[in-house]
Amino acid sequence: METTLAEGKSSQFRQGMQAGISIAIGYMPIALTFGLIAKTTGLGLAETVLMSLIVYAGASQYISLNLLALGTGIFEIVLTTFIVNIRHFLMSASLNEKAEKDKLWKKALYAFGITDETFSVVATKEGTVTTSYIFGVNAVSYGSWVICSGIGHVVGASLPESLQESMSVALYAMFIGLLVPALKKHRKTIWLAGLAAIFNSVFSLVLKLSTGWAIVSATLLAAVIVEFFYKERGEADNG
Amino acid sequence: MDKMIVLMILGMGVVTYIPRMLPLVVFNGVKMPPFLQGVLKNVPYATLGALIVPGIFFINEDIWFGVLGFLSALIAAWLGANVIIVVLTAIAALSVYALFM
Repeated sequence: METTLAEGKSSQFRQGMQAGISIAIGYMPIALTFGLIAKTTGLGLAETVLMSLIVYAGASQYISLNLLALGTGIFEIVLTTFIVNIRHFLMSASLNEKAEKDKLWKKALYAFGITDETFSVVATKEGTVTTSYIFGVNAVSYGSWVICSGIGHVVGASLPESLQESMSVALYAMFIGLLVPALKKHRKTIWLAGLAAIFNSVFSLVLKLSTGWAIVSATLLAAVIVEFFYKERGEADNG
Repeated sequence: MDKMIVLMILGMGVVTYIPRMLPLVVFNGVKMPPFLQGVLKNVPYATLGALIVPGIFFINEDIWFGVLGFLSALIAAWLGANVIIVVLTAIAALSVYALFM
């Protein structure tokens, strides 16, 4: 019995790692470029890798380099980082509904690995997700992020320009790959994704909100409106 | 290592970790009201919509780059390809496009 349990866990972990491969591919060009820019901003290799190890958030790491180059104070950089990452509150709360019950310290540990990408992969999996699966997704993604940041700094170059350009589509393509199967199955997801896409476009392009705020408000608004609409209809079309 | 930079990294780490960790820990075992549960279950698909659009159309100065990436990924996914194939298809399509530009 114990062996089957252990095997179940390790196969869940392996499944998670497999699901994380697209993220690892998608992180490569971004992390390589981060390492490169960190070097030109004047960060050492150890500082660059430390930042990827401890912060592990693409957008805010890029922004911090920008601000450092502009000579911005540390407090302001930290505050900006917080604001950029506020959207993770929503993802963490949503993941709490989706993940299996487990010990608090394990949840606090895998919480560190929540990014837009790992959240998307984990949260769109059918049914309840296990802790081992989440750790699997996190391990591959985190590994790619940290290692590629270091490589970017050491090599001092990113991928060849044409490959770098085409690989910039990778994470978006992954999001599409995660979304479409659900779109085909449940009409509700068409409304959710469609409304959030429209709201986000309006918020970011017309109202000029920053990316972080635009995404979080578009997501929340779409999720609430659709839920309200479906509740009114008495969950007749529950899918 | 520069002390101020390390301090900055630690500060960034703390404020990034808090939003990731708090809901999972604070709401652990808490049963949410049904409406809120529904909203939270909607979040992943709404997030995906917001993460894809409009960002994908601005990955390159040439907007057709994003449009082609969008369509190639959409078609591959619609035909039932798994996520990695969808990613590789989009990269391949754009590599070919870049070759002729």
